[in-house]
Amino acid sequence: MKYAYYPGCSLESGSAAYDLSVRAVAEVLNIELEEIDDWNCCGATEYFTQDELVATSVIARNLALIRPDLRDVVAPCAACFLNLKKTDALMQDDPAMNAKINSALGAGGLHYDAGRVRVCHLLELLHTEVGEATLKEKMVQPLTGLRVAPYYGCQVVRPLGGLDNPEYPMKMDEMFKWLGADVVDYPVKAHCCGGHMTQISEDAAFELIRRLLQSAVDSKADLLLCMCPMCQLNLDAYQGRVNNFFNKDFQVPIIFFTQLLGVALGIDMQKLGFGKEIVGAEPIIQSRLAEQAAKANA
Amino acid sequence: MITETTEGHRSAFMREVMAETPGGEQLVHCLQCGSCGGSCPNGADMEFTPRAIFSMIAANRRHEVLASNTMWCCVSCYLCTTRCPQEIPITEIMYMLKRTSIAEGMATGTDAPALARTFTDLVEKHGRSFEFGLASRYYFFNKPMSLFKMGGMGFSMFTRGRIQLLPNKIRQVDQLQAIINKAKEIGGAS
Repeated sequence: MKYAYYPGCSLESGSAAYDLSVRAVAEVLNIELEEIDDWNCCGATEYFTQDELVATSVIARNLALIRPDLRDVVAPCAACFLNLKKTDALMQDDPAMNAKINSALGAGGLHYDAGRVRVCHLLELLHTEVGEATLKEKMVQPLTGLRVAPYYGCQVVRPLGGLDNPEYPMKMDEMFKWLGADVVDYPVKAHCCGGHMTQISEDAAFELIRRLLQSAVDSKADLLLCMCPMCQLNLDAYQGRVNNFFNKDFQVPIIFFTQLLGVALGIDMQKLGFGKEIVGAEPIIQSRLAEQAAKANA
Repeated sequence: MITETTEGHRSAFMREVMAETPGGEQLVHCLQCGSCGGSCPNGADMEFTPRAIFSMIAANRRHEVLASNTMWCCVSCYLCTTRCPQEIPITEIMYMLKRTSIAEGMATGTDAPALARTFTDLVEKHGRSFEFGLASRYYFFNKPMSLFKMGGMGFSMFTRGRIQLLPNKIRQVDQLQAIINKAKEIGGAS
C-alpha cells in the first residue's frame, strides 16, 4: 500500500510524537508513506476566518503537488485532514470556485483536477484498510489490562469527515479492543477540546478541557488516546493550568493513538515519541503490561 | 410546503449571507428549533445563539450581527452542523460572518482576528506555521501579561523537544506567495 503523506506543521514540532509513531507503525504494517514534496501549511481555521479563496487555494497547492501516480493522501492531523477534504469537495461541487482556485494555482504553475486524489484519514486506513486480521497478526504485545479512553475530538468525525458516526464514533474503540485493551466507555469522545480558544479565551477553553479530563477520571481510564495535535496540546500541555484554575489534581496521560498501537506492534517506546507528553504515560503502560505478564506466568 | 419565502421577502443581509457561504441557500429553511445553540460547546458565552443570529439575519439587523461575539465563540467543531435538521451549514455561516466582520472593522471585542492574522502572516512568509513565533508574537502584542502564565508550560514543552525556535521554510515560498496574491486579486475583483 502506498499513500501520499501530508504530515502538517504540528507534526514537525509540538506533535512530533504523532509523526514518529505514524511512520514507525506504517513501516511495520508495510504501508509506504511518501511525503508530499515541499508541502505548505493548511492554514488550520485561520485563513477561513479571513478569506475563503486564499484559504482554499493555499490548501489546494498541497493537493496539486501530489505525484500523479498516487491516488490517496493521508493526513493524521484533524485540521489538515478536514481542510484537504473540504477543499477537494468544494472544488467538485462548485465549478465557479474550482475555476477560481485553479486560476490562483496557475499563478504558481500548478493545477489540480478536483476529485483526483482521495483524502483518507489515518484511522480509516488503519481500522478499515489494514483491518482487524492484519493488526491481530502483527500484534506482539497485547494491551490486556490497560484501560484506555478513545478521544476522537470534533473535526474528523463530523459530516465533512464522513469517517464514522459523527456523535458516537467507534472505530478507535474497535481497533484497541482487537489489540486486547480494556476500552472504557467515554461519553465525551467526540466533544470539542476548545481548539484555539486556549489562546483567545482561557476561561471558555479550560471548562471544556476540564469536562474531558473529568470524564476520563470518572471512567477510570489509565490514559487517553488522541488523534489530533490540537486536542493533545490542549489536554496535555494545559492540564497543569486547568488544575490550577479549578483547584484540581488531574494526572491523565494524553498520547496519540498511533503511539499505543506501536506498543502493541512491539515497537520500542522511544521510537514512538514517548516522553514528549507532559503527563508521563510510560509508567502506567509499563506497570499494566508487567501485571499482565506476572498473571500469565503465575 | 410553506418552508420558503419568496426572493423578494428575504432581507438584503440574508441574501448576502446566502450568496457568500458555500451551501448558504439552506438558510431559508431554518425552523428556529435551537438545536444549534443547545449543541454548541461555547453557546453559553454567546451574546446571541446561532438560532437568534439567523432570526436577526432574516430581520436585516446586519450591524448587530456583525458586531456580536457569536461567531468569535465558534471553534469550528461542526456539532451544530451535524445536528441541524435542515442541513444548514452553520459553521460555514460563522466563517462568513467572521470574514465580513473583520473586513468591515467590526471585530473589536476579540483577539481572534489578531491570532488569525499573526498565524497567516507567518505562513505567507515561511510556507509553514511556526508555533513558537506565533505564540511569542501573538502574546507579546495582544496579551503580554499572559506570557508569565505561559512560561512554565512553555518550559515543559521546550525540555521535551516540542518547541522549535526557528521556523521551517518551504523551498518554493515564491510559488506559494504567487498563488496567494492571485487568490487575493481574484477575490477582490469578484
